[in-house]
Amino acid sequence: MEMPKPNAMIVSAKSRIVARLRKLLPADAVIEDEAETRAYECDALTAYRCPPLAVVLPRTTAEVSAVLRLCHEENVPVVPRGSGTSLAGGALPTADCVVLGVSRMNGVIETDYDNRYIRVQSGRTNLSVTGAVESDGFFYAPDPSSQLACAIAGNIAMNSGGAHCLKYGVTINNLLGVTLVQMDGTVLEIGGPFMDPGGLDLLGVICGSEGQLGVVTEATLRILPKPEGARPVLIGFDSNEVAGACVSDIIKAGVLPVAIEFMDRPCIEATEAFAKAGYPMCEALLIVEVEGSPAEIDEQLGVIKQIARRHNPVELREAEDEDQAKRIWLGRKSAFGAMGQINDYMCLDGTIPVSSLPYVLRRIAEMSKDIGLDVANVFHAGDGNMHPLILFDANKPGDLERCETLGADILKLCVEVGGCLTGEHGVGIEKRDLMNVQFAPDDLEAQLRVKDVFDPKWLLNPAKVFPLASTASRRAV
Amino acid sequence: MRPATEAELAQIIRDATGPLVVRGGGTRTIGQCDGTVLHTGGLSGVELYEPGALTLVARAGTPLAEVEALLAKENQRLPFEVPDMRGLLGRRGESTLGGVVAANASGPRRVQVGACRDSMIGVRFVDGRGSVIKNGGRVMKNVTGYDLVKLLAGSWGTLGVITEVSFKLLPLPEAGATLILSGLSDAQAVAAMSAALGSPFEVSGAAHWPGQGTFLRIEGFSASVAYRADRLRAHLAAYGVAEVEPGTARWAAIRDVAPFHARTGDVWRLSVKPSDAPGLAARMGAEAVLYDWGGGLIWALVAPGNDLRARLGAFAGHASRVRGDAKGAFQPEPAGVAALTAGLRAQFDPRRILNTGLMGA
Repeated sequence: MEMPKPNAMIVSAKSRIVARLRKLLPADAVIEDEAETRAYECDALTAYRCPPLAVVLPRTTAEVSAVLRLCHEENVPVVPRGSGTSLAGGALPTADCVVLGVSRMNGVIETDYDNRYIRVQSGRTNLSVTGAVESDGFFYAPDPSSQLACAIAGNIAMNSGGAHCLKYGVTINNLLGVTLVQMDGTVLEIGGPFMDPGGLDLLGVICGSEGQLGVVTEATLRILPKPEGARPVLIGFDSNEVAGACVSDIIKAGVLPVAIEFMDRPCIEATEAFAKAGYPMCEALLIVEVEGSPAEIDEQLGVIKQIARRHNPVELREAEDEDQAKRIWLGRKSAFGAMGQINDYMCLDGTIPVSSLPYVLRRIAEMSKDIGLDVANVFHAGDGNMHPLILFDANKPGDLERCETLGADILKLCVEVGGCLTGEHGVGIEKRDLMNVQFAPDDLEAQLRVKDVFDPKWLLNPAKVFPLASTASRRAV
Repeated sequence: MRPATEAELAQIIRDATGPLVVRGGGTRTIGQCDGTVLHTGGLSGVELYEPGALTLVARAGTPLAEVEALLAKENQRLPFEVPDMRGLLGRRGESTLGGVVAANASGPRRVQVGACRDSMIGVRFVDGRGSVIKNGGRVMKNVTGYDLVKLLAGSWGTLGVITEVSFKLLPLPEAGATLILSGLSDAQAVAAMSAALGSPFEVSGAAHWPGQGTFLRIEGFSASVAYRADRLRAHLAAYGVAEVEPGTARWAAIRDVAPFHARTGDVWRLSVKPSDAPGLAARMGAEAVLYDWGGGLIWALVAPGNDLRARLGAFAGHASRVRGDAKGAFQPEPAGVAALTAGLRAQFDPRRILNTGLMGA
């Protein structure tokens, strides 16, 4: 993966820049020692690494502002970092950058149940936002798989989703306002504890901008009352096509499950060997979860089971108690870990129209066979957000390259059927060079112009999201 | 001018020598702008409707009524309950999808399913340079590149002329019911609505019409609606005995602000923190108010010349004058935000020809 050549002038000025940073921040908030900056050399896309020039860990918005003002003045690129769980390389440093980590800003500022919002510092982890309100019967809806570790700052940067966004939406649908620090140090309040406040929807474009428009230090998040209950049903099929058709029929029937998850045979086998969730061995498996009171759940699952039976399932298992519900989810939740046990893998994230599921799964199987790398599929079927896992051996010469080729081909296929490169992980560096597949030059230019407005010097996370060639002239300024 | 294709529209914009006023059905425009009227009605038609994927793609000039009828045949709908503003604003004509999106028009169901912009998954538009730009697409989840879909929603035609929009849809519910609480003060009503929206009973509308009642809507499968109405009634016992009215017919009047239709005076629309709403309303000197979104949205009928922004001073939220003097319809933004807005407009419309005058500049 190509990254821009570090600016030699900045690298050689390291001691002066670090000395200036030290004047702005407490001693423990600036890291420059090479052994220590290594902890920040990559995110969850571990195949790519580069220690940064320095790392800063501010505790307040004022400190973030001071750091950015200095870097702006010194023309030092800044890579914002939440918890470093990006699967797309969103927080990958360059040798001439300062990594700005928000992990020490993790407090709750305000909780307001009457108006149903919580205001937090952006370094707070996703799950601990729910943790702060669940004893009062509320939760924060977006639930990315990494929710135990990932920070709200990163969720906002990537507009993260999760298994339950079929009903509750993704981050932007649950975000009311942010404190944004611009690259020149300006602090702005965008939005707040109210809805649709007029003016251009800056919040809508900041969310999902992968840390390229500003650093979010605080966020006002919508919280929701917890449902009375939830229950999953597990349905096994003897073909991917039939499972795909069943998903479409469920959606059409007027039931709105909170989640429809899909696993194919390679994934079921690996998961079963690892987690022993008791899944049936079949070609495709759906987990459909609905919410409500026991009677409401019965009614909705009744409709779903009736639809499923029309598709001749090889297995139809409804959770009868909490323990069985957990077992049904156990395999799904362990899927990534299970794949990691048996192989290195690359996790893709393309989204496709639900109606194209059977075709896309068939094509992926053919492409996998042609290139000689196995692919397991586990994904959010209700919204078409695929997660093909390409299995490879990092120690085998040429395997990573073949894996990257297959990954690119699968993502091109997603675009070809009317979908997109990434549904919830973000572009980062991973899909940067495929942006031309999805977007025409004018489409990309319009996005670059947005960055021109927010960050005219192109210093914030500059080597991400867009093909390097398309941003070279801007980054050179 | 009334282009029949996107390419023709792009050519018109490239060739323009003066300001253009972008016009869909003209049923919900606010503010004042002058120039050659550019009608989008020629860019009409549904391009893709997949009920099994809950997805619709249509050209921006497509009449809203046509889309609603098409979706109803499959028992589906646009989730965000588009208000019909003709009665309130004294307009005629047919609302178009492009106009709905440009105004980010969202009705009572906003509290449950989000605004128009939350249901939007794709957009095509022609910017002020005459470039055709697409963003998003037709899939439910998409974080590929910047989200210009959101940026275009509610941009009132100032960044570009929208030519195509994609929505995610929702199934029509089998049944609905309205709980009605009577005799509550505005403060009690907002407290009751907060209690309802903070309950697990999935309230899809929460409005207070002073003098008429406090209304809470529930939608879904029949048995479930009956169950939740019952539970919600018990949950709100502290606010009186709620009457349960079958159906949801009365919500059109709330959505369209019907109480103000036959009355003269300016109409303001305020987005506020719900618990602030009664206090703000008390200070408005309004002739009438209507609360929607659990108190988060206030419609206020006031005497002409009564500038609510001056009267209320700084508050958490936003106020637009939707009826009355067109000048100053949009609330001025704080300097830092205004600078970003001006920067974006300069990038997308460097000649300043699109709906100049709207959104404060």
